[in-house]
Amino acid sequence: MRTLSGTTDLPVLLPRRMPSATEWGAADGARFFGSRTWLFLLLAMSALSVAAQASDAPARAGIVETVWKWMPLISSGFLFNLLVSAASMVLGTALGVLLGLGQISLHPSVRKASWTLTQFFRNAPWLVLLFFAMFLLPFELRIGGLVIPLPAWLKAIIGLSLPVMGNVAEIVRGGIRSIPTGQWESAESLAFSRMQILWQIIIPQAVKRMIPPWMNLYAILTMATTLISVVGIQDAMTLTRGALVAEARTDLYLPLYFMLLLMFFAYCYPIARLTLMLERRFAVNA
Amino acid sequence: MTTTQPIVVIENVEKRFGALVVLKDVSLTVKRGETICIIGPSGSGKSTLLRCINALAPIDKGQITVDGIAVNDPALDKLALRRRVGVVFQQYNLFPHKTALQNIMMAPVQVLKEDKVEVEARARRLLAKVKLSEKADVYPGELSGGQQQRVAIARSLAMNPKVMLFDEVTAALDPETKKEVLHTIRELATEGMTCVLVTHEMGFAREVADHIYFTDGGVIVEHGPPAEFFARAKEERTRAFLEQVL
Amino acid sequence: MQPVAEFFRWLADAHGINLTIFYDSVDRSRFLTGLFTTIWLSIVCIFLSILIGLTGALIQGAHSPIPRAAVRSFVQFFRNTPPLVQLAFFYFAVSALLPMVTDRHGVKVPLIDNVGWAIISFSLFAGAFNVEIFRSGIEAVPKSTIEAAEALGYTRVKAYLYIIMPLAFRVCLPALGNNLVNLVKTTTLAYAIGVPELLYAAAQIWSEVLNVREMMWVLLFTYIIIVAVLVFVMHRWERALRIPGYSA
Repeated sequence: MRTLSGTTDLPVLLPRRMPSATEWGAADGARFFGSRTWLFLLLAMSALSVAAQASDAPARAGIVETVWKWMPLISSGFLFNLLVSAASMVLGTALGVLLGLGQISLHPSVRKASWTLTQFFRNAPWLVLLFFAMFLLPFELRIGGLVIPLPAWLKAIIGLSLPVMGNVAEIVRGGIRSIPTGQWESAESLAFSRMQILWQIIIPQAVKRMIPPWMNLYAILTMATTLISVVGIQDAMTLTRGALVAEARTDLYLPLYFMLLLMFFAYCYPIARLTLMLERRFAVNA
Repeated sequence: MTTTQPIVVIENVEKRFGALVVLKDVSLTVKRGETICIIGPSGSGKSTLLRCINALAPIDKGQITVDGIAVNDPALDKLALRRRVGVVFQQYNLFPHKTALQNIMMAPVQVLKEDKVEVEARARRLLAKVKLSEKADVYPGELSGGQQQRVAIARSLAMNPKVMLFDEVTAALDPETKKEVLHTIRELATEGMTCVLVTHEMGFAREVADHIYFTDGGVIVEHGPPAEFFARAKEERTRAFLEQVL
Repeated sequence: MQPVAEFFRWLADAHGINLTIFYDSVDRSRFLTGLFTTIWLSIVCIFLSILIGLTGALIQGAHSPIPRAAVRSFVQFFRNTPPLVQLAFFYFAVSALLPMVTDRHGVKVPLIDNVGWAIISFSLFAGAFNVEIFRSGIEAVPKSTIEAAEALGYTRVKAYLYIIMPLAFRVCLPALGNNLVNLVKTTTLAYAIGVPELLYAAAQIWSEVLNVREMMWVLLFTYIIIVAVLVFVMHRWERALRIPGYSA
């Protein structure tokens, strides 16, 4: 999966730097909608479609028509991917914030345990964690007299939230650590309690720095939701494959998979641009 | 040491950055063995002029020749030019991943393909000359600004240039380390190296220069031998400037 | 090996913790083959992705805008689409466009097999990130340093080789290391197209022996160890390249 850009002492992807403050402004609209990238993708797509058509000359129904026919079904699958991504993000963020705060706890044992868990869930492959959740979570949870069923889709959401948790914990820790110690010291000298310092002084400043890597993580998660197709849950990927099996035409493989790629691109690329813009804006203000 | 033979000839040079004219009809001659100083307020085009001399910046009009090489010739042999012209920058610009000795040896070995053993001997002599023999194996990041600047001078000298260009080389240094660098330049000048200095050190300019040029707004306002220049400046702008800095 | 095997056999009988990979030779060799495939796949992809990254970063330094825009599109596309769909796209769609070849047994097989497509797909995916990493490293080299090289007679190519690249590489190393860790984690996706790597081997074992719980932990710890080794190597490398008095 992708890495996070952010400020931590662990190796992370460098933020793409273009620190010119003057650039920020009117040009952003144009940058957001992304210049030549789209043009090139359209060109590539038409070239590939032509290649596909040529490979199977006596086309039965037109390729565009057939792709169009399956579009609503695959789109509904894609919406499901987005739902899963939102749910995993919420769950993973909630758990990750706790784990991240645990890493700056005053209790060494809490700190160590949180650190170990963070490293474990950050560095394990997403697909393995997903398998882990699918196979090792029970089909229902009993808490007292309450029985909570755990259907496969819910397990998948939990499975995807595990790496999110690890990465969010790292973002939180890095964000808090990026605030200079002088802030802690001056607040302490003003007789703030540790909790007050954390919630009223440090975190409000740190959140700004956490948002870009957190958004980046969300884009990664969205792309990772396709992994649920590997463990047998119906998503856009599964439906695409289903459509291809139903049509049984090799000339459809390329356009249909490309369309699926484009769906994700159309969703994730703007997020990436927005992340970059925020990153720059915060860098300027900092 | 000074002969009458010119080595750098600048004729009616014009240089623009977009609509902004940075050099306007600039003409200037440097004779072999001579030391000239270019002074003037910041933004008057002094540094740009130096950069034009060794083709780091192309000119828009006019003609520059260095030791017979036409700098603005489209078929310019850049290597031949850069062998003849050494440049020292305000920010030293040493290569941070190489030691002082390696910095001096790099270009002669990698660019001129000279024998490594010979180059090393020469590099050590140059380090001794700038009084940094004991720093041969130290990285630039561990040297003071003045020491880095002296290594940078030695690095340029290793190419055996005929002209040395100094671009405000002491501007980033504190007064103590400034002295060491100025001392090195003074030595070079007295040994007969042709030097072109852009500087704000008026005292030093008066002492070492054979000729002073004053630029303002992209033109050479006035020039002359230091004694005359500092004592009896003719132009109002020159006098105003000198009054401010002296 | 014998006492170790005995211990794990006892562990399975007495406590139900069934780690067949330690006492069953078939499962052990399956697991080791999977481990070996993962490591081999990772190394090949690391090498190719670095090559792609360097090439892309060099092209992005070109004067002509068309190759620059092409590289940019490649980078953005591969960064912002799911690697699993990329893999399927190559393995199912692109593969269908290529001619079949006859292997030495006279059987018609695809020109590029699943392992080949996994290598191509992951290398392009990680390569797209490497392009950005190398580019930002090159941009981090001050213009004035490059100018100093130019003033000493360095040509563009030589300045790249001796001055820009060595400096840029040091700046890149942390981000590169991180991306390579991700690449190793991404190799698990090859499971989806039946490449017998670690995850695939583990799944084979647990579906036969029904020791999902044990194998899952083995799998997680094996990956963590592989990642830890890679991180360790990268850190050592960073340390070895550190220049006194210079912070990248």
